[in-house]
Amino acid sequence: MFRAKPLLVGAAGLTSILLTMHGRVYGQGGRGAAVAPPVQQTARAAAPVDPTGYWVSMITNNWRLRMVPPAKGDYIGIPISAAAKKVADAWDMTKDEAGGNECKYYGAASIMYQPTRLHIAWQDDNTLRMDTDAGTQTRIFHFGNAASPPARSWQGYSAAMWESRRAGGRGAASPPRHLKVTTTNMRSAYLRKNGVPYSDSAVLTEYYDLYREPDGTVMMVVTAVVEDPVYLEQRYIVVSHFKRQADASGWDPTPCSARW
Amino acid sequence: MGPHALFREMVKRIGTATAVLSLAVLWVTSTSAQNPAGPEGIELSGNWVSRNFTESISGTQLLKPFDALGYPLSEAGRDAMVSYTDERLSMPERQCDMFSPNYLLLGPPPLKIWNEPELRTGSTVAWIVGGWLDIVPMVIWMDGRPHPSAYAPHSNGGFSTGTWENDVLTVRTTHISGGVRRMPRSDLTTMTTRFSRHADILTVTARIEDPVHLAEPMYVSREFQSSNTPLNPSTVPCVSVDEGVPVGKVPHYLPGENPFVDEITKLYGVPVEAILGGPETMYPEYRKKIRDKYVRPEKCPPTEAERGFCGRPGLYAPVN
Repeated sequence: MFRAKPLLVGAAGLTSILLTMHGRVYGQGGRGAAVAPPVQQTARAAAPVDPTGYWVSMITNNWRLRMVPPAKGDYIGIPISAAAKKVADAWDMTKDEAGGNECKYYGAASIMYQPTRLHIAWQDDNTLRMDTDAGTQTRIFHFGNAASPPARSWQGYSAAMWESRRAGGRGAASPPRHLKVTTTNMRSAYLRKNGVPYSDSAVLTEYYDLYREPDGTVMMVVTAVVEDPVYLEQRYIVVSHFKRQADASGWDPTPCSARW
Repeated sequence: MGPHALFREMVKRIGTATAVLSLAVLWVTSTSAQNPAGPEGIELSGNWVSRNFTESISGTQLLKPFDALGYPLSEAGRDAMVSYTDERLSMPERQCDMFSPNYLLLGPPPLKIWNEPELRTGSTVAWIVGGWLDIVPMVIWMDGRPHPSAYAPHSNGGFSTGTWENDVLTVRTTHISGGVRRMPRSDLTTMTTRFSRHADILTVTARIEDPVHLAEPMYVSREFQSSNTPLNPSTVPCVSVDEGVPVGKVPHYLPGENPFVDEITKLYGVPVEAILGGPETMYPEYRKKIRDKYVRPEKCPPTEAERGFCGRPGLYAPVN
């Protein structure tokens, strides 16, 4: 009698191989490659990390350029263009004060590098709100396709997304791990409290990485990249550290100041 | 054996062989399916140029003989730093002290990073961070080996192991014998260093802990940009020579005799109490404490400006 069992086992095996190979070649999403269309999640529901809460900056790098307002002409650490130097050399703090421009020192491209506390909270399911006590500023991070507002502002318009470090290739996309924020529509302001300018053409890209230490400390490391075709010769990249606080202790909203 | 029996035997053998082959292939694919993306983490290999924007002072000639601004020094750490003189680096046994893994964060060097694979499986045995002047490359073991006993010898390079945490390479370094120039370090110092890549930018952040000299963990960062210009993986490591310090002499300043403690005050108007460091100097509220003591200079010190230390166009070469 014809024995079909080994053949059936073999056929099943071959089918498995073919299916597996098919999945590897055409898989779309890495682990557990999804076939069904993705379900639209809110940014809050999709958050791979929790950036909400109170944070305090820890100033260890470039202390004397950040904790105190540096001297006029001290531009070290910024790849300024000749046009920027001209503007900065002509900087006059009293003119900023007279013109009500004290908050030029607290624009989006520099506020995160300043000594400050942050309060981050979900404004709604697709909008993160960040308040700073230094200069009492508010940044709004829009997830999804919100329209850009027409008016320029110190904090500009920030489009946010949860980003993966690996976009794909061989079906190798990794899940989103961090927050990426791109800010445009900023008013021309200062990178440093001595009048080093950035123009209203500047674009700020930020990457927020959160780390949990074995002792329970949670750190947020923000890598900020400023591109400005007018006042920067190349990209200006700075990294800031923030430690998560258990509560609002130390929160001390202060107005913008050109002097301090 | 008749033709039917022969046919049945042939079918049986083909079926068995196919089943065995299927199982083998399924085993291989399921093994790699545990990580369908192939190697874990993210590609870090390449040449990375330090931009020196986040940290423009330390590791450059701008660093003054005494500068603990923002260092969370303990009392012991402050005492050690005030007594320190660069002449100590001329002691034969200390000439290479400054080239520890701390130098990665507080020095200016670029990085060349590569991995050493286990050739049969392709898994990474170690990541190597080299390209530094005077220092042997840092080896980051990825194969799960334990750190040596606390009593094992320490070295300038220390002992490092790494793991991937959400596509960030997290490295723990122990057994470090040296420190960086001017910054005190005990042999209990540990570092947790994170290599976080965003497109062509590599952010390296370290948490430095020293129960002797630091009152709190210290976080420092440096940013790097990917470059197509090849770097040497290693250069001639630091070698001790006779620099004239007699055997047995430990160059130092006695308390109150360090002439450089107020140099930053003279140049930049920062009060001495801040220059001495301490954990409170890291936090925003410290500004209130020194607000009335800080004297903003009229302009960047001319002696610094002449040397290009105040910044100017063209100071930072573009990355190629």
